[in-house]
Amino acid sequence: MTDESATYNADRERILSLMARAVGDEKHETSAYSTLDLLWVLYDRVLRYDPANPRAEDRDRFLLSKGHGPAAFYAILADKGFFSPDTLDSFERWESILGAHPDRTLVPGAEVSTGSLGHGLPMAVGMALALRAKHSDRRVFALMGDGECNEGTIWESVLQAGNTHLGNLTGIFANNFSSSLNLGDLAAKLTAFGWHAMTIDGRDHEQIYAALTTTDPARPTAVVALIHQ
Amino acid sequence: MDTTTQTTTLETTMRAQMGRTVQDLMAHDERLAVLLADISRPFFAEAFARYPDRTLNLGIQEQTQVSVGAGFALEGYIPVMHSIAPFLVERAFEQIKDDFCFQRLGGNFITIGASYDYSTEGMTHHASGDVQILRSLPGMRIVVPGAPGEFDRLFREAYADAAPTYYRLSDQRNSDEHPVRFGHAEIVKRGEQATVIAVGPMLERTQAAVADFDVTLLYYTTLVPFDGETLRAVCANGRVALVEPFYAGTLTPEVSAALAPLSARIEAIGIPREVPLRYGTPEQHDIANGLTPQGIRARIERFLAE
Repeated sequence: MTDESATYNADRERILSLMARAVGDEKHETSAYSTLDLLWVLYDRVLRYDPANPRAEDRDRFLLSKGHGPAAFYAILADKGFFSPDTLDSFERWESILGAHPDRTLVPGAEVSTGSLGHGLPMAVGMALALRAKHSDRRVFALMGDGECNEGTIWESVLQAGNTHLGNLTGIFANNFSSSLNLGDLAAKLTAFGWHAMTIDGRDHEQIYAALTTTDPARPTAVVALIHQ
Repeated sequence: MDTTTQTTTLETTMRAQMGRTVQDLMAHDERLAVLLADISRPFFAEAFARYPDRTLNLGIQEQTQVSVGAGFALEGYIPVMHSIAPFLVERAFEQIKDDFCFQRLGGNFITIGASYDYSTEGMTHHASGDVQILRSLPGMRIVVPGAPGEFDRLFREAYADAAPTYYRLSDQRNSDEHPVRFGHAEIVKRGEQATVIAVGPMLERTQAAVADFDVTLLYYTTLVPFDGETLRAVCANGRVALVEPFYAGTLTPEVSAALAPLSARIEAIGIPREVPLRYGTPEQHDIANGLTPQGIRARIERFLAE
């Protein structure tokens, strides 16, 4: 175990305890826990952001494209100071800012409102194109579920990002084997669409870190994260 | 299918005006970004050459086109998304709803191919229900100009308002251009028996139809927000003939709400809700739907005689 891993184990317990406060979305529990390691490494070691100024121009962008199972996302945002951990106790209640799918107009740190599958990645493509037009060096990350990859717009935007050589875009394809359709070798498919694709263990945070810090200026990067529950 | 055919008549179309107006504004407003879906590329040739970072042809993927537009809006740009009406509005309806209206983002949706402009292309290319479904979306604004210069006026006035706005352009147009203003109806003539509302390209034929009738004629180019104040001011008896270039009665709820608590009697003249089975010309469809000056006159004459 590396020092990072030892630290992470303590962090993981803290995040799990925060997730436990967001009660009511048990049907998406698997979806939430699948993203835990990916989002922790992303927010702890990779993304540039300022919780006090969530829309700062020089931030990296993260879009929870699948929207489903946001408990880990909310817990990490709370842990990193975007809002109080006490907010998690109100999850899904009438007065809460935290619903079963994130709303950008309510949640500090949520870049987009998602929930209907297949919307986040094309919006991420738009943001990456816009950042390029602004000559910004900031990066855009979008996390898709394997079930979400049944949607046609995911493949439209995969084609779009490959054709436009979006080196500032990283797609995280969290594969927890929940797709009803056999997706086959996702990395091979993404490579064929012009992405720089790799497959990793979605629970191994050193592999996650290495993948999320890999970029190719001429191609979007795809991190296919296999998550065995 | 792209029916981009450069002829001399294109210079007087709303489509050509779209290219002129948007490109002119792009020179002065670096926030404007144009996103196409393989339609009307020649009309934006200057923008592709001068502003390649914010003039993109995304290929034939209208749903992604709209979501990419939302991404540009999230980064502070004012996106212009353009295609043929059924594909931009009906195919990408959920993207317009979720990514723009629900996220409260501004953007401009400009279509060509209104109703049966592409009459020879068959039912998949007709779009008579676009306004009806878009008016269900909170925050969506809807503009139906009747002439190229009116598009120019309305777009310049509204494009940067940080609200999702739909501009419905058509090959059908009025000969005269009116000094229209966003959000305002124009009183074309005054009378007593009823109020006739002409929407966008329906004005010229409606003017001809009611020339010797004792009616008030209102001209609407902004449909949402609906100018109920002007309607209320001129319509004391609640009798309204609605002449629309899309499904008949689309604006009935707006008219009824504007006149409440007065009980409205509305004669809805427009395109019937039927599966379009005919090809031919738009003029032939107008004849079949009673949307000629003679057809409109006959309907309003009967309405006035009730």
